[in-house]
Amino acid sequence: MLTYILRRFATAIPTLFVIVTLSFFLMRLAPGGPFDLEQPLEAKVMENLRRIYQLDQPLHAQYLTYLGALLRGDFGPSFYFRDFSIAELFAQGLPVSMRLGASALLLALVIGGPLGTLAAFRQNGGADHAVMGLATAGITIPNFVVAPVLQIVFGLSLAWLPVGGWNGGAFRNTILPIVTLALPQIAVIARMTRAAMIETLRANHIRTLRAQGLSGATIALHAGRGAALPVISYLGPAAASLLTGSVVVETIFGIPGIGRYFVEGALNRDYTLVMGTVVVVAIFVLVFNLVVDILYALLDPRVRLD
Amino acid sequence: MSEVVPLPAPPAARSLWQDARLRLLRNRAAVASLVVLALMTLACIFGPWFTGHPYDRVYQDYVRVPASLSAYPKAEALPAAIQRIASRIRATSSEVVVDAAEVRLVLTAQRPIDQRLLVYFDRSDQFGTPRIMASEQEGRRLALAVPIKRQHFLFGTDANGRDLLTRTLVAGRVSLAIGLLATGVALVIGVAYGATAGYLGGRIDMVMMRIVDVLYSLPFIFFVILLVVFFGRNFILMFLAVGAIEWLDMARIVRGQTLSIKRQEYVLAAEALGVSTGGILKRHVIPNTLGPVIVYVTLLVPKVILLESFLSFLGLGVQEPMTSWGVLISDGARAIQATPWMLAFPAAFLVTTLFALNFLGDGLRDALDPRDR
Repeated sequence: MLTYILRRFATAIPTLFVIVTLSFFLMRLAPGGPFDLEQPLEAKVMENLRRIYQLDQPLHAQYLTYLGALLRGDFGPSFYFRDFSIAELFAQGLPVSMRLGASALLLALVIGGPLGTLAAFRQNGGADHAVMGLATAGITIPNFVVAPVLQIVFGLSLAWLPVGGWNGGAFRNTILPIVTLALPQIAVIARMTRAAMIETLRANHIRTLRAQGLSGATIALHAGRGAALPVISYLGPAAASLLTGSVVVETIFGIPGIGRYFVEGALNRDYTLVMGTVVVVAIFVLVFNLVVDILYALLDPRVRLD
Repeated sequence: MSEVVPLPAPPAARSLWQDARLRLLRNRAAVASLVVLALMTLACIFGPWFTGHPYDRVYQDYVRVPASLSAYPKAEALPAAIQRIASRIRATSSEVVVDAAEVRLVLTAQRPIDQRLLVYFDRSDQFGTPRIMASEQEGRRLALAVPIKRQHFLFGTDANGRDLLTRTLVAGRVSLAIGLLATGVALVIGVAYGATAGYLGGRIDMVMMRIVDVLYSLPFIFFVILLVVFFGRNFILMFLAVGAIEWLDMARIVRGQTLSIKRQEYVLAAEALGVSTGGILKRHVIPNTLGPVIVYVTLLVPKVILLESFLSFLGLGVQEPMTSWGVLISDGARAIQATPWMLAFPAAFLVTTLFALNFLGDGLRDALDPRDR
């Protein structure tokens, strides 16, 4: 088991390296630079700025400098938010985004899993159609439509919850963003659980359980282990899509997370900020995939014996 | 001499595709989705020519008017509009009589009215060229008959006074085109890549799939943003960028299919009979990967449309005066309280299309999945 984990871990590092390299050079290929304002700066000022940020050096030297700093855990200063280093920006934003993402994922699992199981047990019945219709709605209605509608209904008409803002992470402020983030994930997880459950319910060991006359709850528990596999392997992509969704949700609800940095960084050619976001997000996705692999191996002996 | 007994005709065999079509046609949700999609496509392609408004025509007098089945201008809005124009002509209006096609009114002023100023009626979106019925008191008192320009804004207008129905339909053209074209790009790259990796196998397969894994863990939205920022906000390059991202799943699916198909008995038989590699690929491998690929394509189109609207929402998508459903929705979402119709109609169109595509994809999956038989 330990060798399995170590082997998985060893493959993650070159992946991260490739991601860093790829995005570093892609970013630099894009025309324009971080100091291109509407009114061009004086040549001397520009030259000094470029020297301070070491942009005057050849690209491969910059790359090596960045890589070296990254290995020491130094993300460098932000080019756009002049008074902040990337580490400071992340120290503020990351906990916020992580809390939103983790809560949304948890909510999605807690609601989506049982819904999918219910649909699988009532395949082609009314409950099944209802769940699948809702799931399709969850996938098709974009979150930037859901968010304003929720704001209008719960924030303004009913006035139960605040329309936006973070307010130091007060619970009331997090409800609408988390629900908005979770809805598409609930839909996906419900669909996946249903499909996997239907497959598992046809298996021989479940038929044996049925033949022994066990209750539905017990059968669901046994089938759940088999049905959980595809859902667990979805957690990696889910983490990535939650981060994507957070771009919209953080913009609409005015939440100070890292999602916004994606867009702002790329548009303003804030090289270090973009690189920092890429690295952090990639590490997240890789760690998630690693956890998924380990969980998979724990649940399915075929994987670790292979 | 024995009688020749003709063999009974063999029962008509159904191919996979005939069977799939039958199963699809039996699925009511899928058929309804097909009809909806066909109608939506026709409406978006031909509709903008029949709405009576160019998609980029600005009606200054009809900014943010709500959706309405009856024609604009509304009767209750006419007196105020006439008063406004009269004051620009430096006259006062009186004896305003509104009937179906025209307004009769009398303009009075201290000094003789400059008849050239009557062009203000023309310039407004609500009236046609006024006819002077009578001129009294040396031109200080003009009796006018002004024809009313009746216009329909079935979906209302946007913040610039452009007809929302026309814009929604034109936006549909863009969104559907991006969806189809980007999916086409993803299809070509994904099928070629996946089939190559799967068929060659071994080390090449491992390296190629490792590359896909790496691209997979790249935060894809950042990748799209980079491509869009890099290539400029260009319609054609955008679908290329989106297609270049979305081929990863396709490559995995096709590779998996190819791997299993290549070990089937009929492929072995074809190899034993000496059929060339290209022949096997064309006759046996690619047609058999098609089922899951078609299903994935139907599910990819809505994904791409959604991705395009997401980019448009961030301001990275199609640029004005061109528009897409994403652009319209993000405009609507920003002004949801004052002008809810600006969100409701484009969102309804988008969601309907996505729903139909999803149901069609599910129906196709059920129809093509041989395990359910």
